[in-house]
Amino acid sequence: MGSDVWYFDSEILTRYPGKIYRQVKELRGNLLVIDGVEDSAYDEVVYIYSRDGRERAGRVLETKIGEAIVQVLGEREGLETDILVKFTGSTFKIPVSEDIVGRIFNGRFEPIDGLPPVVSGDWREITGAPINPVAREYPHDFIQTGISVIDGMFSLVRGQKLPIFSVSGLPHNIVAAQLARQATVRGEGEEFAVVFAGVGLRSTEANFFIEQFRETGAIERMVAILNLADDPAVERLMTPRIAMTVAEYLAFDLEMHVLVIMSDMTNYCEALREISTARGEIPGRLGYPGYMYSDLASIYERAGIIKGKRGSITLFPILTMPGGDLRHPIPDLTGYITEGQIFLSQELHTRGIYPPVNVLPSLSRLMKAGIGRGKTREDHRYVADQLYDAYSRGVKARDLARIIGEVGLSERMRRFLKFADEFEKVFVNQNPEENRPIEETLDRAWQALATLPEEELVRIPREMIEKYHPKYRG
Amino acid sequence: MSGRKGYIARVSGPVVTVKGLEDVKMGEVVYVGEEELIGEVVRISSDFFIAQVYEDTSGVRPKEPVVATGKLLVAELGPGLMSRTFDGIQRPLRDIRELIGDFVQRGVKVSALPRNKKWHFKPTVGKGAKVEEGDIVGEVAETPLITHKVMVPPGIKGRISWISEGDFTVDEPIAEVEYDGRRYELKMMHEWPVRRPRPFRERLPSELPLVIGQRVIDTFFPVAKGGAAAIPGGFGTGKTVTLHKIAMYSDSQIVIYIGCGERGNEIAEMLMEFPQLVDPRSDRPIIERSIVIANTSNMPVSAREASIYMGVTMAEYYRDMGYDVTLIADSTSRWAEALREIAGRLGEMPVERGFPAYLPDKIAEFYERAGRIKTLGRPEREGSVTILGAVSPPGGDFNEPVTIHTLRFVGAMWALDTELAYRRHFPAINWLRSFSQYADTVERWWTRNVSKDFPQYRRRALRLLTIASEIEAIASVVGEGALPDDQRLILLVSEILKEGFLRQVALSGEDVFCIPRKQYLLLKMIIDFFDKAYELITKRVSVDEITKVPEIFEMMRVKEDERGIKAVEDLYRRTMKKLDELAQKYGIIYSG
Ligand SMILES: Nc1ncnc2c1ncn2[C@@H]1O[C@H](COP(=O)(O)OP(=O)(O)OP(=O)(O)O)[C@@H](O)[C@H]1O
Ligand SMILES: [Mg+2]
Repeated sequence: MGSDVWYFDSEILTRYPGKIYRQVKELRGNLLVIDGVEDSAYDEVVYIYSRDGRERAGRVLETKIGEAIVQVLGEREGLETDILVKFTGSTFKIPVSEDIVGRIFNGRFEPIDGLPPVVSGDWREITGAPINPVAREYPHDFIQTGISVIDGMFSLVRGQKLPIFSVSGLPHNIVAAQLARQATVRGEGEEFAVVFAGVGLRSTEANFFIEQFRETGAIERMVAILNLADDPAVERLMTPRIAMTVAEYLAFDLEMHVLVIMSDMTNYCEALREISTARGEIPGRLGYPGYMYSDLASIYERAGIIKGKRGSITLFPILTMPGGDLRHPIPDLTGYITEGQIFLSQELHTRGIYPPVNVLPSLSRLMKAGIGRGKTREDHRYVADQLYDAYSRGVKARDLARIIGEVGLSERMRRFLKFADEFEKVFVNQNPEENRPIEETLDRAWQALATLPEEELVRIPREMIEKYHPKYRG
Repeated sequence: MSGRKGYIARVSGPVVTVKGLEDVKMGEVVYVGEEELIGEVVRISSDFFIAQVYEDTSGVRPKEPVVATGKLLVAELGPGLMSRTFDGIQRPLRDIRELIGDFVQRGVKVSALPRNKKWHFKPTVGKGAKVEEGDIVGEVAETPLITHKVMVPPGIKGRISWISEGDFTVDEPIAEVEYDGRRYELKMMHEWPVRRPRPFRERLPSELPLVIGQRVIDTFFPVAKGGAAAIPGGFGTGKTVTLHKIAMYSDSQIVIYIGCGERGNEIAEMLMEFPQLVDPRSDRPIIERSIVIANTSNMPVSAREASIYMGVTMAEYYRDMGYDVTLIADSTSRWAEALREIAGRLGEMPVERGFPAYLPDKIAEFYERAGRIKTLGRPEREGSVTILGAVSPPGGDFNEPVTIHTLRFVGAMWALDTELAYRRHFPAINWLRSFSQYADTVERWWTRNVSKDFPQYRRRALRLLTIASEIEAIASVVGEGALPDDQRLILLVSEILKEGFLRQVALSGEDVFCIPRKQYLLLKMIIDFFDKAYELITKRVSVDEITKVPEIFEMMRVKEDERGIKAVEDLYRRTMKKLDELAQKYGIIYSG
């Protein structure tokens, strides 16, 4: 084989063990068809060496006797059929150890913070294995984010996966950073470790996060995996999986509570579509592959809590909805997998409300287990329900007022309209630096509800009204 | 079956091509690769066959061995199913956890029924008895709630040459059947190929409602025992919550819940709640009458495809014992997607949205396995399988293949509505788009057990809601204030109906299950209120005057009053009295 390596020093070629092939039959987008490969493993990792002296990774998408189809990770420019492909014999793994904390890596898990590579004998497959459903602990610990609209109406619990649906230009990154900064489980001193996966981000966006973490000192408890906009698109497929593998290690081996932030998962889905198209697969809606649901689930379902283990993984994927359309396959399939969603709205943003959370399509499915007496406050659930109901009536009144004018509204509808304004002003709107305890959040909710006549509060039991309504609290 | 060995020629995800093994049959189970992953033959060609593998195939290589087992994909049926949790190919998930830890790794083999557990078998027939398929020969107390009937498996008949009471494992013989000089050992377990419906004597009409305790379903869109219903809706509209409630509170004797490609935490929630929730009818925790199949969204896709058949086969098995079984599948769309993915890998021609042409057949076959039947064998008995399937249409738009074809084969649809869910009106079942073909057949049950005039109230309420929606459309253009009084009254009463009757959000307490009689009384209260108020309006009492009646707000929340029916009856009297006083004040004498 020595004669084959005319354009490589032997150091690189011996870095990974494995068999070398050079019969590339076809190059199609990011796919290589390689002849003469007898028995490569499905999903096996390969390294590709080309004349330009670059080394690229790839993985086997399909294998048969005498042929392998390989997906190239990394730049495809400069690839030609005269290349060497080395089959490593194993699937994609990353080394983990306590030393990864505080570090920054690229989408192939190579350090990009100038520090030396991680040395460890403990290698983990990045695809992970499904948590046995009977091993799961149902999440129930309320996380106070200090953001009223989230804590009050979409309470988050440890172990939940809750995406932020946004559109470009909205402050989703600021909201996510505020969340990461302020999130605490009350009564516990322990802070969250943060795993940040930047997927196809511009470097300014990535730097924004890193800076945020640096300022608060959170960087000590952070691992960042950054695939930037000018990094190879196919590596986006690995970035979230590496992040989850790191998170699993931190949560279930080192027993830490981990917050994972992934931004922007839309870029991940675009990369998935690209690969699928290159393979000539039957496209699903808008060209996204039919298996996108299962593929996203194989990432998101890795969040959670395991019985008998101390750590947890809480996940915030951020995605920008193409065309701002909630029915687009990306937000749609995400919503079918995650445990709720926080929906940011252009309209509220334009009106200067921060965080611009559109309350009606937002939801936290695990809220009920985390709130109430002994957890937040006994009136929480009823107040949230009532806010919803009243706000939806208020929004309806506002829409109607646009058609027939406010004077045309019934007296009752005018009251709800007034409530909606008050609600947005005293409850939703807050400062990106402001960290409100849950009691303040609920008291503000009552302040807004107090604009309505008491008998309209049909979703709150009498005794709660008498206890918490400002009128009775003097 | 040794020696039936071939080798892998190609791997593409869960689809593996195998050569060197000639005589396999469709549906045969094969062990694939060094790790012996479980697979099933899905296509046969002259010199190769294709298997779909139920586990992750990463790392599997061409040339690795493949062994044919000679068996179809079967379910193990016998005592030891009840109150347990399985994956899509019936591997018990608790045992897997004990064996290999918190993550499901591939290649684990654990039999569905425990082989070392002894059950006490009590014969119900004696030596010398003539038996045939479906006959009950004895009983086992499987859980405190479920008496497991041990039946003669399909295809067997003869005379009992011996049968004994005692403690046995599922694969020890408990009796012997002799026929024509041949002997057949009866065991408490047998196997059944999951893709084949179990036989029965005859279909019976479905006349009894499955009482669910959710007013909008029981009163307006009921499902009969032995019927099939679909619950389609976009994400977050309430499919899972509704189905969980049915699993927990309905009057099913047995519930089999298939978490098919959905969330792990939802399974965790059930497994947390089922052992704690006590069924008031039996005073026992409902886990004792439940089986959970969990093949979550991150577990292998092909096992997701199998999970549906696994579940319905177990349901038929308990049906054959004479039970009313409710089979819940959340979500059938994920199952259809699994079909699509496998079809795609097999290179089959897609027809609609990538789905193969046989999608409608598969859906029909599945729902066909619902029904109320007279079983085979003696003693004579009836049983039923009710199938309830969630459908998750992309973008919440029902105009897509899975929803469209499902609606052709079910008798009821609970159409979930994103708008209602956004307003937190739960269950977000749209009363204008939903339907039930069982409403007429189960009406007799209501008139016999609840009240003669129930059908009339039901129809009036539905009509009122329909008219109200038309008026609302007008009001959204001109404003409510511009409407005449009678129309505003209709809006008011429809509001009371929505809040006080249709909406049912309680997760505990009085309103979590509404008994049929209370459903009727609430409906009667609201409709009688309407009639009286309407008459007042025609006699010139303004609708504003009526809106001021404070009992209106009570009507909206009396459903949650812990005093139950008493509270409704009391409110009924007070409300009617209030209207009578109004009438008096205006000097009105009622016509009726
Ligand atoms: N009957 C109900 N009572 C109270 N809340 C409900 C009810 N139904 C739904 N909800 C609320 O809506 C949320 C979403 O419901 P659910 O999980 O059942 O949706 P789904 O239709 O199954 O969504 P997906 O398709 O994403 O699984 C619940 O977490 C709960 O907050
Ligand atoms: Mg669901």
